[in-house]
Amino acid sequence: MKIQVSCFATLSKYAPDDGNLDIEKGDTPESVFKKLSIPSEEVKVIFVNGQSSKRDTLLKENDRLGIFPAIGGG
Amino acid sequence: MARVLRINTRNKKVTEEDLAGDYAGLGGRGLTSRIVRKEVPPACHPLSAQNKLIVAPGLLTGTTAANTGRISVGGKSPLTGTIKESNAGGTMSQKLAKLNIMGLVLEDKPEPGSPFQTLYINKEGAKLMEIPEISGMGTYDASKKLFEKFGQKVGIMVIGPAGENTRLASSIQFTDPKGNPSRAAGRGGLGALMGSKKIKAIVIDSEDAKAPEAADKEAFKAAAKRWAEILVSHPVTGQGLPSYGTSILINIINEAGTLPTKNFRDGRFDKAADISGEKMVEIINQRKGVAKEGCHAGCVIQCSQKYCDEKGEYLTSGFEYETVWAFGSNLLISNMDQIAMLDRLCDDLGLDTIETGTTVAMAMEGGVIPWGDGQAAIDLLKRLYDPKDYLGAIIGNGTSFAAEAFGVDRVPVVKKQSLPAYDPRAAKGVGVTYATNPMGADHTAGYAICQNILKVGGDIDPLGKEGNIEVSKNLQIATAAVDATGFCLFVAFAVLDTDDALETIAKLISARFGINFTADDIGKTGIEILKDEFSFNRDAGFTAAHDQLPDFFTNEELPPHKVKWDFTAQELQKAKVDF
Repeated sequence: MKIQVSCFATLSKYAPDDGNLDIEKGDTPESVFKKLSIPSEEVKVIFVNGQSSKRDTLLKENDRLGIFPAIGGG
Repeated sequence: MARVLRINTRNKKVTEEDLAGDYAGLGGRGLTSRIVRKEVPPACHPLSAQNKLIVAPGLLTGTTAANTGRISVGGKSPLTGTIKESNAGGTMSQKLAKLNIMGLVLEDKPEPGSPFQTLYINKEGAKLMEIPEISGMGTYDASKKLFEKFGQKVGIMVIGPAGENTRLASSIQFTDPKGNPSRAAGRGGLGALMGSKKIKAIVIDSEDAKAPEAADKEAFKAAAKRWAEILVSHPVTGQGLPSYGTSILINIINEAGTLPTKNFRDGRFDKAADISGEKMVEIINQRKGVAKEGCHAGCVIQCSQKYCDEKGEYLTSGFEYETVWAFGSNLLISNMDQIAMLDRLCDDLGLDTIETGTTVAMAMEGGVIPWGDGQAAIDLLKRLYDPKDYLGAIIGNGTSFAAEAFGVDRVPVVKKQSLPAYDPRAAKGVGVTYATNPMGADHTAGYAICQNILKVGGDIDPLGKEGNIEVSKNLQIATAAVDATGFCLFVAFAVLDTDDALETIAKLISARFGINFTADDIGKTGIEILKDEFSFNRDAGFTAAHDQLPDFFTNEELPPHKVKWDFTAQELQKAKVDF
């Protein structure tokens, strides 16, 4: 099954080329980091479908995953 | 002893007094709000002789502690009618501190038709002078003339045509280390207050002045070292902000579904990537601009930049997230160069970018110009250079005024000041701040985006109600204290996550003044400031009924999360300190 993945700021280089990723049942944000070689310790905020989520959240088909390092502004 | 200079703008007399009595030990927002509370009649007309414009460096400004160069400007707001403190970067604050001047108070008002004056201050004293050629000029040309006249090392505070014509959305601009008037005390129309006093510019020359030293130099040095470590080692202040500037927020706020789009109709903008911080840095690098700059000496965060046009010529700096939002997704404009030109025009005209972006949205709602038309927005702002242009006058008077002029009922304001770049329905902590803080809708007054979205200093659900009243209240207290010190508010990202940060700030203040200031005193300082501010507003006629968001936030669901604003008036009152 496919999900949409976006990586931002210093993590943007790890984003899949077309923004989509094949995952399997049981995959989580943490396992996606491994698939994309994203250093887990550099991830600060995770959004699944626009809601802040934990690293062990179970992902499902067509989920929209956003991965951010620590950022601020305002 | 630290001094306050009072400048009577009618009879041109300058008097000097010690910072003593009710004002002893105060700085920044603490001093501006106390003077307004004590000396300005709350019910006065903001453009009348009874109002005062107060300018104050922070308690730690002028020291070697990092990021302490902010300046506070206060008065009764021409836009909101509430008390107002708006702060800015730039070089002037440190120069005032070097002259041991903790406050400037502009008083009274010249006769109608009087010419504009420039106030020049150096170690010899202060004098008012007429410089007729800068009247009517944009802030860029005016500051260029002032640098030519007074030398390149002065710090300048200047209003543009908007302030001269007392437009309610007008800002006060400050020159940065490169001499560009791109740092703004933007909110609340304080440029109009300065214009009403017929002061075009204030020029501070601190050459040959000797800055006051810390009472305990060794203790100060040790605390300042630790302070810099705290800022540099935090990932937000040490890496994120320096690398991408504040527009780094566009993508995360969009992803969180709280990026106000088309005048607060949607929480996501389909072209967010085109106006993101990542995109801005890409453009800056292609054109040989500068991706990181500080707005004052001693800044280690470096969130500013030099943004060049297609020909590689300087266009703007201090080009912030809030501005990119106000003219970007808010208006459906996705061309970064057009947004940068709108920022430049606001700085030059002396207009608040947030207020002006939301005002242009009213013009789009009312059919004056089409949605998404960046060139039309640019042409609209250029009308403000002509003081007799009626449409320019409407736009210069801000969101609430323009909405009335154009018959618009979707008006995103609290106490007539426009909401900034986070939809309160999907970032409820900052929504509480918009509704309840003393300044009108303002994000900096209690920036719960930290806890709601960025997960700095806690983790509070942005879509639910739980914890959002409390976090806003606590942040309003902490922010008031920060605004008294001269610290850039962005230090909060590191402070909220670092155990010994408050203690380090207390040590800096203790060592600077030779007093025993504790971490607990920081909170007490914030509470005292808010008491001055809330009580002023009460006496000016503001009640709980004014601490509300516009009703469309309660009635309409925000996509994509389908959330409404659902705090009651009674619940919101709990976010205010007792006063």
